[in-house]
Amino acid sequence: MIGLRIVPACIGQPGRGICRFFIPIFLLLLCGSSLAQESPYIVTYDHYLEEPGNLEVEYFSTFGTQRGGNDFDAFWTEFEYGATAWWTTELYVDGQTTFDDSTLFTGFRVENRFRLLEREHLVNPVLYVEYEQTSGADKILKEVEGHDVESDFAESDAELRKEHDHELELKLLLSSTFKGWNVAVSPIFTKNLLPSEPWEFAYAVGASHPLALKASPERCSFCRENFVVGAEMYGGLGDTQSLGLHDTSHYLAPAVAWNLPSDWTFRLSSGFGLNGNSHRLLLRWGVSREFSGFGELARHLFGGHE
Amino acid sequence: MRADEELLRATSRMSRRKLASLAVIGLVACSFSLGHPQKANVAAGKLVRSAYAALEQAPDSASARRNPFEGDAREAIAGGKLYEQHCAECHGEKAGGTRRAPSLLRPEVRQATPGTLFWILTNGVVWRGMPVWSKLPEPERWQIVTFLKSLVPLSTETTHE
Repeated sequence: MIGLRIVPACIGQPGRGICRFFIPIFLLLLCGSSLAQESPYIVTYDHYLEEPGNLEVEYFSTFGTQRGGNDFDAFWTEFEYGATAWWTTELYVDGQTTFDDSTLFTGFRVENRFRLLEREHLVNPVLYVEYEQTSGADKILKEVEGHDVESDFAESDAELRKEHDHELELKLLLSSTFKGWNVAVSPIFTKNLLPSEPWEFAYAVGASHPLALKASPERCSFCRENFVVGAEMYGGLGDTQSLGLHDTSHYLAPAVAWNLPSDWTFRLSSGFGLNGNSHRLLLRWGVSREFSGFGELARHLFGGHE
Repeated sequence: MRADEELLRATSRMSRRKLASLAVIGLVACSFSLGHPQKANVAAGKLVRSAYAALEQAPDSASARRNPFEGDAREAIAGGKLYEQHCAECHGEKAGGTRRAPSLLRPEVRQATPGTLFWILTNGVVWRGMPVWSKLPEPERWQIVTFLKSLVPLSTETTHE
């Protein structure tokens, strides 16, 4: 309701850029909310897309230990929109703080996921296509690819940020749900758009299960059905010039998601490096909220036709 | 409703150029919604026909499945909670339908077997706008079916078509 009063006031005073900045926020205030039923995965994807017309806003943080350098906290914000029941599109904005060094914006990513089959099957494929424009200082480690290893991040931010990456990333998300268990596997193929750079390969696998399969009649925050626990494992598989596990890093991460009736979801994941090339610890947490009817409201406001 | 009308009137006063710049400043996701209005939502009538037609596509084996919670009032209440959380935003708080999704009080749905409703919940009607709901555990989907079967359409109920 606040938004309803302020938006027209902004409109009547052209040139006030601050109003333009706040309008997307007011849009969210005007939207309804929707309880998400989120998996605990932070790196792995299952085959479930955003509901059509809904916008999910997510914030994630990754604290990472760094041998030979300073520990860091990398963070990103995701805007995930359900364009249709078979197509979800996302924008990521990345940043990081390296302790005793600096805080900086490290790039953005645009991602699309397309469901390939109309109905549910034993294995459900989703095509994932992402373009990312990041600097070498990007440390969110959303994917660990090719020969990515811990020592890549040991240099100072000033040095790392000199490198600029324009990458195309393709994933085939394969996911299956049976008797409450979800198992998801994603082979990952990444190409730096410089012609001289090879294709890099990676994987992410995950499994999760809710603590209860039946809903209780009461509206509750701490009911077992609101918690989903699982684990994911991810790492690099080399590149076209040097395929294999040598000089790669790998992580195993137990994770939990807490889906609140108040439409918020919290996630916590503790990733442990599995070899000497990996960061010893990647402690991740995230918070998200889903807004229903965002697309419809946006069409009303920005001149869409019935 | 009055507030909505006020907002729409104010919006219409804005020039298209201003609107476009706002869209850029806004979220990219929002711009996708402008460029690609959901076909399933363009013609509500078409959506309704398509959605009800999907009920007939359930395989016989799926339609014949029995609801393990049939007639259980407690499970129907739990299903009502799940309906409110996951379904009401599209199908309406009273299941009477909205512009986004059809009424669940119509005879086509009322007469569908529990197994058919479960099959639709599981598989969605993806190309026409309804997502799959297999991410809800199977017992929760049956709870929703139990709730839907407990609904009594009111004679005064207005449904979207």
